[in-house]
Amino acid sequence: MMLSKTILLLVVLAPLVGALIAGLLRNVIGRAASAGVTIAGVALSCALSFYVLHQLVWGGAATFNENLYTWYQVGHYSAHIGFLVDRLAAMMMVVVTFVSLMVHIYTIGYMAEDDGFSRFFSYIALFTFSMLMLVMSNNFLQLFFGWEAVGLVSYLLIGFWFKRPSAVFANLKAFLVNRVGDFGFILGIAGALLWFGSLDYAQVFAAAAAPASEMLKVEIIAGHPWSVATVVCLCLFVGAMGKSAQVPLHVWLPDSMEGPTPISALIHAATMVTAGIFMVARMSPLYELSETALSVVLVIGATTALFTGLIGIVQNDIKRVVAYSTLSQLGYMTVALGVSAYAGGVYHLMTHAFFKALLFLGAGSVIVAMHHEQDMRHMGGLRKQMPITWITMWLGSLALAGAPGFAGFFSKDAIIEAVGESHRYGAGYAYFCVLAGVFVTALYSFRLLYKTFHGKPRYVVDAHHGHGHDDHGHHAPGHLAHAPHETPWVITLPLVLLAIPSVLVGWSTIGPMVFGDWFGNAIHVRAANDVLGELTHEFHGAWAMTLHGFKQPPFWIALAGFLVATWIWLFNPGVTARFKSALKPIYSMLVNKYWIDELYQAVFARGGIALGRGLWKGSDAGLIDGVAVNGSVAVVDRVSMTVRWLQSGYLYHYAFAMILGLIALLGGVWWVAHTAL
Amino acid sequence: MHLLSLLIWLPILGAIVVLAFGRNAATARWLTLGFAVATFLLSLPLWTGYDVTAANSMQFVESLPWIRMIQSNYALGADGISVALIVLTSFTTVLVIIGAWRPIEKRVSQYMAAMLALEGMLIGVFAATDALLFYVFFEAMLIPMFILIGVWGGPRRVYATLKFFIYTFLGSIFMLIGLIYLHLKTGEFSLAAFSHASLDAREQTWLFFAFLAGFAIKVPMFPVHTWLPDAHVEAPTGGSVILAAIMLKVGGYGFIRFSLPITPDASQEFAWVVIAASLIAIIYIGYVALVQEDMKKLIAYSSVAHMGFVTLGIFIALALVRVNGNADAARLGIQGAMVQMISHGFVSGALFSCIGVMYDRLHTRLIRDYGGLAHVMPWFGTFMVLFAMANCGLPGTSGFVGEFMVIMASFQTSPPVALLAAFTLIISAAYTLWLVKRIVFGPVTSEKVAKMQDLNMQEVIVLGAFAIAVLALGVYPKPLTDLMEPAVLQLVQQLGLVTL
Repeated sequence: MMLSKTILLLVVLAPLVGALIAGLLRNVIGRAASAGVTIAGVALSCALSFYVLHQLVWGGAATFNENLYTWYQVGHYSAHIGFLVDRLAAMMMVVVTFVSLMVHIYTIGYMAEDDGFSRFFSYIALFTFSMLMLVMSNNFLQLFFGWEAVGLVSYLLIGFWFKRPSAVFANLKAFLVNRVGDFGFILGIAGALLWFGSLDYAQVFAAAAAPASEMLKVEIIAGHPWSVATVVCLCLFVGAMGKSAQVPLHVWLPDSMEGPTPISALIHAATMVTAGIFMVARMSPLYELSETALSVVLVIGATTALFTGLIGIVQNDIKRVVAYSTLSQLGYMTVALGVSAYAGGVYHLMTHAFFKALLFLGAGSVIVAMHHEQDMRHMGGLRKQMPITWITMWLGSLALAGAPGFAGFFSKDAIIEAVGESHRYGAGYAYFCVLAGVFVTALYSFRLLYKTFHGKPRYVVDAHHGHGHDDHGHHAPGHLAHAPHETPWVITLPLVLLAIPSVLVGWSTIGPMVFGDWFGNAIHVRAANDVLGELTHEFHGAWAMTLHGFKQPPFWIALAGFLVATWIWLFNPGVTARFKSALKPIYSMLVNKYWIDELYQAVFARGGIALGRGLWKGSDAGLIDGVAVNGSVAVVDRVSMTVRWLQSGYLYHYAFAMILGLIALLGGVWWVAHTAL
Repeated sequence: MHLLSLLIWLPILGAIVVLAFGRNAATARWLTLGFAVATFLLSLPLWTGYDVTAANSMQFVESLPWIRMIQSNYALGADGISVALIVLTSFTTVLVIIGAWRPIEKRVSQYMAAMLALEGMLIGVFAATDALLFYVFFEAMLIPMFILIGVWGGPRRVYATLKFFIYTFLGSIFMLIGLIYLHLKTGEFSLAAFSHASLDAREQTWLFFAFLAGFAIKVPMFPVHTWLPDAHVEAPTGGSVILAAIMLKVGGYGFIRFSLPITPDASQEFAWVVIAASLIAIIYIGYVALVQEDMKKLIAYSSVAHMGFVTLGIFIALALVRVNGNADAARLGIQGAMVQMISHGFVSGALFSCIGVMYDRLHTRLIRDYGGLAHVMPWFGTFMVLFAMANCGLPGTSGFVGEFMVIMASFQTSPPVALLAAFTLIISAAYTLWLVKRIVFGPVTSEKVAKMQDLNMQEVIVLGAFAIAVLALGVYPKPLTDLMEPAVLQLVQQLGLVTL
C-alpha cells in the first residue's frame, strides 16, 4: 500500500494556507477568523499526520519517497522538492503538528489582549508549514529550505514585540548565530554533492553505503588526508549546532525567550531546536562512516548537557530556567547521537517535546496569572490559586527529572545506559556529564516548582486598576493589579493534553521505538556501533525497566537533587544567600554564563564593526578613492593646468607653436628617412 | 517579425513622443507608462516564443548592413541569456515609471523620456550581436543615466556623475581598442566571427585585460567599485533602481559574451584574478557595507558583494570545464551567475525602491534618522523584511538560488573558494538585518517618523510586483534555468574545446 500524495500535500499546505489567509487578510477577516482558519489548518494537518503514522505502523504502508517538482535541472545536477515519509518523518510530523495544535489553542488565551493577535497566528502556522517541509524532505535542498525558513519564523517571532529593544537585539542575534551554523551546513551539502554525487538522500545514502566510500579521502590542507565522510558530517553538524543550540553556538537560545511564551514552547523547545537532532538521525548512514565526527558530536553534546544545565540553577526568570533546561536536554539528545543511539536521541526528542512544551506553557500560564511578571523572586505560593497549572507543571518536571515511569525516565535512562555501554572516544567524559546532569536537572526543576508554587507569596496586590496585557512595567516589580488566578480553559486544556503523554507515552513506546526495530530503514546503525542493540538483551518490557530504574545510579542521583532542592528552596530559602557568598566565583561564573556572550560581543560584534570601519575608511575611501582615484584625478588636473597655460589665446603663441611643431615634424621625417636608408 | 528592433526602438520613439507631447505632467506620465507597458508586453513573446529545442541558441535574428566599409552590421539576436535580461529590463522599467509617478515633479517629461531612452538602449545592448553595435549602445546608455543623475540627483550630483561617467568611459575605451584589434584581425565585427578568430596567447591576454577593464568597472568589481556608492547616493530612486537592477548586469553579460568565448585561454589563465576579486567583493565589501551610515551606500555596497557571485560563477566555470572536465558543473556555475543577476535585479531594485519610499517621506537617507517603521508603516515593514531576507539569500526567495548554485559549483573544483563564498551567509545577514533592525524595528525614534504614512497605491504596485518576482523565482527557478540552458550549454561546449 502506498501513502497518498494528496494527503501528504494537505498536511503541508493546510497550515500554509491558514498562514497566508491570516497574514494577508487579517484586517479583512478579523481576529477570530484568523485564529479559526489557522487552527483549522493545523488541526487538519495534525489529524492527517496521525493517519499517516497509523498507515505506516499498522496499515502496512510502504515508505513514501517521491519528488513533487524539479527545482532546477542543469546537466546531471538537479534539485527537487519532494517528500520522504518513513516512520522517522511520520513521528516528527505527529510531534510537530500535535504540539503546534496545542500551542495554537493556548495562544487564544495567551495573546488575547495583544494587538498582534492575528499576525501571531499567521507566524506560528507558517512555522508549522516550514517545519513540516524540513522533516518531510527527501533531499538536502528542501532540508535547507525548511532549515532556514524555520529560522526566519523564529526571527520574526523572537522579535514579535518589536518595540522592545531587547527583543530586536535577540532576534538579530539568533539569526546571525544560526547563520554561522548554516555556513557549515551549506558546505556540508556541497560536500555531499561532490563526493556522494547528489542532493537526494536516497542516492547519497546509496553512495555512502558502497564500501569504497569509507576510504574516500580529501586533502583540505595539503598533506593531511581526511575522510570525506568526516568532513561532510562535521560540516553538517555545525549546522545542527546552530539550530539545536549546542555549545559554543548556544548563546542565542536563552535570549530567544524575548518572544511570546507560546513560541518558546513550540519553536524553542519542542520542535525547531530539535531539527539538528532530527537531521543527524536522518543522516545516520553518513555519520556511521565517521568515528571522528561522532566523537565530536558526543563531546559537544555532553558539554552542552552539563554546563548549560548548571546555568539554569542560578536563573530567576522562570522562562530562562526552562530555556537552560532545554539546552541541557538538547545536549542529552546530541550525546545519544554521538554514541550511535540515534533512536534514543530521537525518542528523547519526542518525550521532551511533550514535557518541555508543557513546562513552557505552564510557565506561560504563570506569567499570564502574574500579569507578565517573569521573575520567580516575586512569585511563590501559587499552587493555591492555580491548581491545574501547579499539578501539570509537577508532572512535567517529574518527567524532565526522570522519575521512574514518566516519559522522560524512559528516554533519558536509555541514553545514559547507551553512553555507559559505548566505547567511543569521549564516552567516559560524556558518561560523567550525563550523570552529573541528572543531579543538575533535578536541582533546577524542583527549584522552579518551589520558588513558583510553594512557600509564601512574595508579591503584593495593589488596589488600583488599569493594566494592559502587553505593556507591563506599569507596576513596580512584584506588585500586581489583581490577585493571580487560574488561567482560562484555552490555556489549561493544552496543559492537561500535554501532561497525558508526558506521563504515559513511555510505557507503550519505549520497547518498540528504542529497543526494537521500529524505525526500520530510516535509521542506519552499524553492527559494531549498535549500543542500543546490546541493551535490547537486557530490556524486558517497560514495567521491568521502571522497576530496574529504582536500582540504577540515575535514580539515586536525581533523588539527591530532589532532596537538596527541597531542603534549600522549600525549607531553608534563606540559605541561598550564604551559598552565593561562599561560592562567589562559581556563582558569578554561572550568572555571567561563563562570559561567552561578552566574548562574542567583543570579538565578533564590535570586532566586525571595527574591521568594517577600518576597511571602509582605510582601504575603500582612503587607498582606492583617496590615493588611486582622486590621486589620478589630481594628476590629470595638474597636467591639464599645465596644458591650459599653453592655451593662452594669443595668436602669436599658437603661430610660434605651429612653427615649432612643423620643424619637429620635418626633423622627424628627415631623421626617419636617414636612419631607414 | 522584427521583434528585437521593435523592443529597442519603441521606447526610444516613446521618448521622442513624450518629449514632444508631454508638456503636461500627467500626459507625460500616462504616455510613458503606455510605452513601457507595451514594451514589456512585447518582450514576453521573446520568452514564450523562444525555442529551447532549436539547434541554434541565437534566435529572433535580424541583420542589415550598417557601415559597409568596415563590415559592421545592424545585427540583432537573442538567446536565453539575452531574453532573460531583456524581460528583466522591460519589467523593471515599468515599475520604475510607476514608482516615479508622484516623487518626480520637476521636468516630468524629460525624466520619463530619459527612462524610455535608457530602456531602449539597454535592450539594444542585450540584443546586439555585432560588436560595434553593442559598443554604441553600451556607450549611449551612459548619456540618459548621466542626465538622470545630473538633473534629478542629490547635492553632490556633479561629482558623482563625473566620477560615474569618467570611470565607466575609461573602461570602455580599452574595450573599444580591443574590438578594433579584433576587427583588424577578422575583418568583421560580428561576435560569432570574433569567437572563431585564432588568437595566440599574447593576443588573448591583451584582449582579456581590455575586456576586463570595460566590464569589471561596469559590474563593478573590487577594486574599481568606488564609483557605484557615490552614483547611487546622488541618483534619484528610479536611476538607482535601473543602475543596480540592469546596468550592472551589462558587465556580467559582457564577460559571458566577450571574455569567455573570445579569449577562453586567457580567461582560464587569469580566472584566479577575477575569482580573487569576487571573493574580496563578497567578504571585504560585506564588512564595508556593515558600517555604512547611509542606507543607499549600504545597499550599493551590498550590490557589489552580490555581483561578486556573478563573476565568481562565470569564472569558476573555466576551471570546472577545462581542468576538472566537469562540463555540467560549469553549466551550474554560469547558470548560477545568471540567476544571481536576474535575482539581484529584482532584489536591489526593490530595496532601492524601499529606500525611495522612505526618502520621499523624510528626505534623508541616514539610518539613524529612522527607527520603528514597523509601527507606522506596517505594510512597508513587511515588504522591507521580505526583500531584506531575499538579500540575505534566504531559501524560498530568489536571492538564494544563484548563490546556492554558485557555491555548489565552486565546491566541485575548489572547496576553499566555496568556503570563502559561503561566508556571505553570515556577512550579508549581518549587514542587511542590522539595517532592518535599526530602521524597521525598535521604538519609533522621532516625531517625524511617527507621522510617516504607509504605502500609497503606486508604491504597493511596485513593491508588490517585485515581491511576486522574488518569490516566484525563489520557489520555482526551473523555467528561468531551462530558458537559458541552450545558451549556457553552447557556451560551455565552446569553452571545452581547448584551443591552445
